[in-house]
Amino acid sequence: MAILIDETTRIIVQGFTGKIGSFHAQDMINYGSNVVGGITPGKGGQTHLGRPVFNTVKEAVREVGAEASIIFVPPAFAADSIMEAADAGIKYCVAITDGIPTQDMMTVKNFLRRFPAEQRMILTGPNCAGTISPGRAMLGIMPGHIYMKGNVGIVGRSGTLGYEAADQMKRLGIGISTSVGIGGDPINGSSHRDILEKFEADPETKVVVMIGEIGGPQEVEAGVFAKEHMSKPVVAYIAGLTAPEGRRMGHAGAIISAAGESAAEKVAMLKDLGVTICPTPAAMGETVAAVLAKM
Amino acid sequence: MDIHEYQAKEILSGYGVKIAEGGMAYSPEEAVQRARDIGGHIWAVKAQIHSGARGKAGGIKICKTHDEVEAAAEALLGKRLVTHQTGPAGKVCGRLYVEAGTDIAKEMYFCFLVDRSSERIVMVGSAQGGMEIEDLAENNPDAITKIYIEPAVGLQDYQAREMAFALGLDPELLSHAVKTIRGCYRALRELDANMLEINPLVVTRSNELVALDAKMGFDDNALFRQQKISELRDKTQEDPREMAAADRGLSYVGLDGDIGCMINGAGLAMATMDMIKLAGGEPANFLDVGGGASAERTEKAFRLVLADKGVKAMLVNIFAGINRCDWIAEGVVEAVKKIDMKIPLIVRLSGTNVEEGRRIIAESGLPIITAETLAEAAEKAVQARNEAVAKEAAQGA
Repeated sequence: MAILIDETTRIIVQGFTGKIGSFHAQDMINYGSNVVGGITPGKGGQTHLGRPVFNTVKEAVREVGAEASIIFVPPAFAADSIMEAADAGIKYCVAITDGIPTQDMMTVKNFLRRFPAEQRMILTGPNCAGTISPGRAMLGIMPGHIYMKGNVGIVGRSGTLGYEAADQMKRLGIGISTSVGIGGDPINGSSHRDILEKFEADPETKVVVMIGEIGGPQEVEAGVFAKEHMSKPVVAYIAGLTAPEGRRMGHAGAIISAAGESAAEKVAMLKDLGVTICPTPAAMGETVAAVLAKM
Repeated sequence: MDIHEYQAKEILSGYGVKIAEGGMAYSPEEAVQRARDIGGHIWAVKAQIHSGARGKAGGIKICKTHDEVEAAAEALLGKRLVTHQTGPAGKVCGRLYVEAGTDIAKEMYFCFLVDRSSERIVMVGSAQGGMEIEDLAENNPDAITKIYIEPAVGLQDYQAREMAFALGLDPELLSHAVKTIRGCYRALRELDANMLEINPLVVTRSNELVALDAKMGFDDNALFRQQKISELRDKTQEDPREMAAADRGLSYVGLDGDIGCMINGAGLAMATMDMIKLAGGEPANFLDVGGGASAERTEKAFRLVLADKGVKAMLVNIFAGINRCDWIAEGVVEAVKKIDMKIPLIVRLSGTNVEEGRRIIAESGLPIITAETLAEAAEKAVQARNEAVAKEAAQGA
């Protein structure tokens, strides 16, 4: 049944009536996502793209039963919007916004931890392309048509590199159960590990592809989880072999600032943990195909 | 964003951290004047560059006369200092900080930073100062104390005391240490710093706690609400190409290779560079043109890559999502015509409207090499680069 979203998930858009929010909301509707409304404070009561606009997330939860939300709010206000969604009882939130201050994300994560685990909103992003369960629902800004429905889960820090992986697999006739972008920031809503846990529990997912990059410890933490708690094979590619130390490679979180954060070190540690490594970024599709063939 | 030692000290001084008396100088004359103003018989003349480990690179000179101050300033100003943090290109010293000499009884290491794993601010200290923390972590990890701060309530006094004792401070200095540590924490939180390092933090022979060096790094994403910090930016310390790129909304990092790159998305950009390396080449740069690569933006990106005269071939790799390949193709064709490109160009388009994009490139009549897959694109780029280099060598001979 895929993870996080499917065709029944009732979706709202925060930052609904803005230019970017409108564009992607329409794209999600066209894909078949169940978009039930949106939020723009002060525009409550209006109709936009044929859906109701609400002033607050609470209203949307009450009036149209919103379960998932996607955030297109500018960086200065995005943390506030995420916390509003969590407080209103939204179960899953994707934050697309790029450029949220790190300390704001610390506040957000701390805010989320106050909720008991079973009531806690799942957050993915910020600075990500979103999540798609192909053929069912898209909660993001990706080109939906490049994803084929199938049994491979994808989790990655990068948007376009995730597209590349899906495209390589599609060329080989391999489909995706769900693809989750966790974003390129130093502090993410969910980590690789969090998403691996969801894929492990999903009966439809047979193999998981983890697309990591330089900076931070989370790929290795996910590798440890895979070794200790997963029955499904994990295939990984780590971008940034050529990245110099101490330089930020586009993503706020893509910087080698401590031991173990380079691509070569991560690859070595993941190999030791039994993760199958894609030798090159052009071999993501064939590596998954080889793993599937052995099953 | 990084700032200079003297700027960090000025900030921390405002938060109750004790620093030695000092002043900034742009010339040897000014340096001598600062030494006069400070008085005493010993001064440190310190090169202001955005890097730690300046001492090892010869960037800090201890002087006992005004003549020595002048000579030290002359030697340091305009000098290119290379440390393990600057990379081989080093950084040119354009400013000096002249500081009263400190009579050191004990050196310690102290810092605050954002810990990505715990998603909290962590306070790190060691009674063994004067060393790089990386070296210490490797050689004597037990000598390092880490204390995690709960973000909702912030740093507590008991945590500051715990750190003071871990640093081996005299109980007499306890209240001053707590004030210093709290001041540093407040500076970090209020100014959106993601790193604040005092190495060394020292106890003087007159039993005072002084920040002998200070380094602060700020969250670029938060600069919109830190106007005063933004004003501290010293553009001479940053790569001019990276600055130019940032001004145009592009993300660029200059590297040492000779295959120029233009890619959309940071992850795909890194992966493409890896692919170039695996195909036997070396990337000249990282360049993420972002999601909405318009014709205008494409042209700017081309100019930026080609401004590096060492570039022998250029690879464009775009996976169009929100974008459309036909728009990108039009932008590329337009840019190549406008710029009058002399080096081989390899273009790989994928995603939305890819057939239309390929048709535009093919019908442009321009000598653009096209590729379908990532591997093919990298191989063709390396091949074109090798042919260009061979041709140059033949012409030279």
